[in-house]
Amino acid sequence: MTASRDTQTTLLSVEGLGISFGGLKAVNDVSFAVKPGEIVSVIGPNGAGKTTLFNMISGVYQPGAGRISLSGEEVTGMEPHLLARRGMSRTFQNLQIFQSMSVLENAISGFHLQERGSVLADLLSLPGSRRRAKAAEEGARKLLARVRLAEAADREAGNLSYGSLKRLEIARAMASQPKILLLDEPAAGCNAVETEEIDHLIAEIAASGVAILLVEHDMKMVMRISNHIVVLDHGEKIAEGDPATVSRDPAVIAAYLGAEAQTGGDHA
Amino acid sequence: MKMTPKLATLLILAALVLLAPFLFPSNFYYRVGALIFVNSIAVTGIVILTGYAGQISLGHAGFAGIGAYACALAPAHFGIHPALAVVLGAAISALLAWLVGRPILRLKGYYLGVATLGLGILISMMLNNERQLTRGPDGIEVPELGLRALLKGWGLDLTNGQFWYYFCGLCMILGAWLALNLHNSPSGRALRALHGSEVAARTVGVDVARMKLQAFVISAVYASVSGSLLALQNKFITPDVAGFMHSIEMVTMAVLGGVGSVLGAIFGAAILTLLPQVLTVFAEYEQLVLGLVMMLVMIFLREGLLPSILRKLRRKGE
Amino acid sequence: MSELLQFLFSGVTVGAVYALVALGFTIIYNASDVVNFAQGEFVMLGGMITWFAHQAGIPLPIAAFLAISITAAIGVAMNKLAIEPARGAPIVSLIIITIGASIFLQGAAQLVFDKQIHDFPAFSGNTPIRVGGATILPQSLWVIGGALAVFVGLWIFFTRTLLGRAVLATSNNRLAAQLVGINTNFVMTLSFALSAGIGALAGVLATPITLTAYNVGIAFALKGFAGAMLGGMGNPKGALVGGFLIGLIEALTAGYLSSQYKDAAAFVVILLVLFVRPQGLFGRKSTDRV
Ligand SMILES: Nc1ncnc2c1ncn2[C@@H]1O[C@H](COP(=O)(O)OP(=O)(O)OP(=O)(O)O)[C@@H](O)[C@H]1O
Ligand SMILES: [Mg+2]
Repeated sequence: MTASRDTQTTLLSVEGLGISFGGLKAVNDVSFAVKPGEIVSVIGPNGAGKTTLFNMISGVYQPGAGRISLSGEEVTGMEPHLLARRGMSRTFQNLQIFQSMSVLENAISGFHLQERGSVLADLLSLPGSRRRAKAAEEGARKLLARVRLAEAADREAGNLSYGSLKRLEIARAMASQPKILLLDEPAAGCNAVETEEIDHLIAEIAASGVAILLVEHDMKMVMRISNHIVVLDHGEKIAEGDPATVSRDPAVIAAYLGAEAQTGGDHA
Repeated sequence: MKMTPKLATLLILAALVLLAPFLFPSNFYYRVGALIFVNSIAVTGIVILTGYAGQISLGHAGFAGIGAYACALAPAHFGIHPALAVVLGAAISALLAWLVGRPILRLKGYYLGVATLGLGILISMMLNNERQLTRGPDGIEVPELGLRALLKGWGLDLTNGQFWYYFCGLCMILGAWLALNLHNSPSGRALRALHGSEVAARTVGVDVARMKLQAFVISAVYASVSGSLLALQNKFITPDVAGFMHSIEMVTMAVLGGVGSVLGAIFGAAILTLLPQVLTVFAEYEQLVLGLVMMLVMIFLREGLLPSILRKLRRKGE
Repeated sequence: MSELLQFLFSGVTVGAVYALVALGFTIIYNASDVVNFAQGEFVMLGGMITWFAHQAGIPLPIAAFLAISITAAIGVAMNKLAIEPARGAPIVSLIIITIGASIFLQGAAQLVFDKQIHDFPAFSGNTPIRVGGATILPQSLWVIGGALAVFVGLWIFFTRTLLGRAVLATSNNRLAAQLVGINTNFVMTLSFALSAGIGALAGVLATPITLTAYNVGIAFALKGFAGAMLGGMGNPKGALVGGFLIGLIEALTAGYLSSQYKDAAAFVVILLVLFVRPQGLFGRKSTDRV
């Protein structure tokens, strides 16, 4: 069903993707597609290979097999910074914040592609360099306001609460104005209120036309906001479809019964 | 007007350069001061490479060697002016750093340390062994820069010691200005980002290989200029300038004072340059103390002296 | 032909010393993920202490034993005072700490002993043994035999004894080792003692041939590191083979290319290995976890 979806409107397509680490097939023959503005979730028990899949798609790991295309162009194994230029952006399950920078600087870093210029201009602090930095700062402040971190702008990022850091990562990832945003467990470790906030934020981002590929263990959230769900278990895709179909799928229920029966069965 | 950290640092440095001579017990201290400034320049390069970008080099003295020997050899062999030789040395250092940096900077941690160390040792080995050119371990004389005579013609009569003191002081401030500009610029932010998290930096679009290479080349130029100034003021240079110990000293100075900040690193350079000069008994204990300082600072004051002191002061102030 | 054989002999001899240093690196690296740049100073201490004790009238075997024990104790002290307090520090800090230790030990050796070059008598005389047109010193056989014996000893220790397996377990997964009740601090102490002792042994065996002085350590450390890396960091078999290979490359460079640049050989090898096969000859490739 996925493969037959219209390639004209497909933003990201993944075909037969696989990788192994010393004999362990962490991801094996996984295919799916994401359309513009769509929220696609990847779910599965711990160790299913979700993060590894993200790492391959975002160019952090070299896939052992398969191909990835973005906007109809093959990008398999392309370096992350080149993917960023093509409109891909992501956050990390285990926060990758620039700890010794301020919150504002973290957000400004997200504007790297817009603000970068010649290093000589930067060394000499030429007007062009200052102008670019200024524009990036303004953009960053707006983004921080959007994730409600404007007050914390000048604080050292390392001192923020976990939930705030999660939002900061989303802000940083949004800065490059991506076409597709990969979010790896954005609500993990957050309390109910913070989860709710992130939930709204994601919906808002998707509404603005950005496609979202989401990994999340919070099944309520996944079922509520996803257009499409891909289920992984032991590195293999065991099911995919809309939330209602997936939550009724016997293979999915079986996989979750083995691992985390309650959450998986919530909407069954 | 609001005082930015950049402006504050530059003012502090300028004040120190201008006011310190009033405290000098003898003219000898102009020379010590000039040495501090020369080391500060090299160390500012280390701040960019290690403090900003988080990459280690245990071979930067090699670039100082190139800068120094450019001033000794280029005027003699190509008849170019010593001032141009400084530029030539910096260009050769930059080129070499650019060529070897690409493969070397793919390495991380220990491997990067050892690879840069090997590079530094190869350069110093060449300076020692190519006797026909460099005259080997005994060293070689370096021509007069000639700027002092020029200034005298304009009515500014400085002793040799004074000239090098103020000239190197000026160069240090210039170097600090560039490094401080970089810190808050897009490139500097990218360097600090990849220091914080390489994978996150890559996903926001930072071309990590390219940025690391730029930091490596820039810091090589700093080391090269520092070597050139050392050679020119001493009018003599030996291959020790490129030696392993000199590389280690550069890193130690930076780390001792605080490799994350230009002012901190210069503070470290001042301390480690002054100590052996002030305490002559120190000579025998030099290695012992240097080694001890390296270990103690890294264990107890990981950020370096200056940031640790400032933190203490700030806490008191609150 | 006999010329080549001669080069090979000298290569295998120094290679054995490098192999011992490389094994020392490997032990500490496996136990703590630290590359100990002071490893070469253990070789220096082994040679210098033996010389010092011997010229003070202590019989050579006892002097050697003293040297190895004292160096092992210094290794343990280094771990307790400099490495343990810095656990979790960034690699840049650890590099500076171990280089600091190395410079400190050099400075101390300079003060306690002196700045001269020293040696002591070879164990079995200096009459060269003729083999196929080339000659080899009896002391070379001691060095080579020493390296092989240490390797076999380590192999038995790590595979056949409970303690050795505890060390291996710690190197695989520190936390898991702690959970099953292994005293990982003790494992660290043991590793440093073992590593320093092996370094000192290398110094004791090699000094009659290579001579010793307060500043010989750095070169041994770098070449031992080159060996360990060539073989694959953390792999004892790799360290042994890598060490011998570095020795051979160096001797052949000195023989056929340039004796001035023989020291460059090790670095060229390091750089080549790093670029072409960073995991070394016997190492396995791994992907950094994100
Ligand atoms: N760099 C790596 N080297 C070796 N093994 C790896 C690496 N990265 C992931 N793995 C392994 O691949 C498997 C899948 O891991 P992954 O992190 O992708 O799971 P996940 O679905 O994200 O789990 P979780 O829900 O816990 O985040 C695991 O067995 C993991 O140990
Ligand atoms: Mg995961």
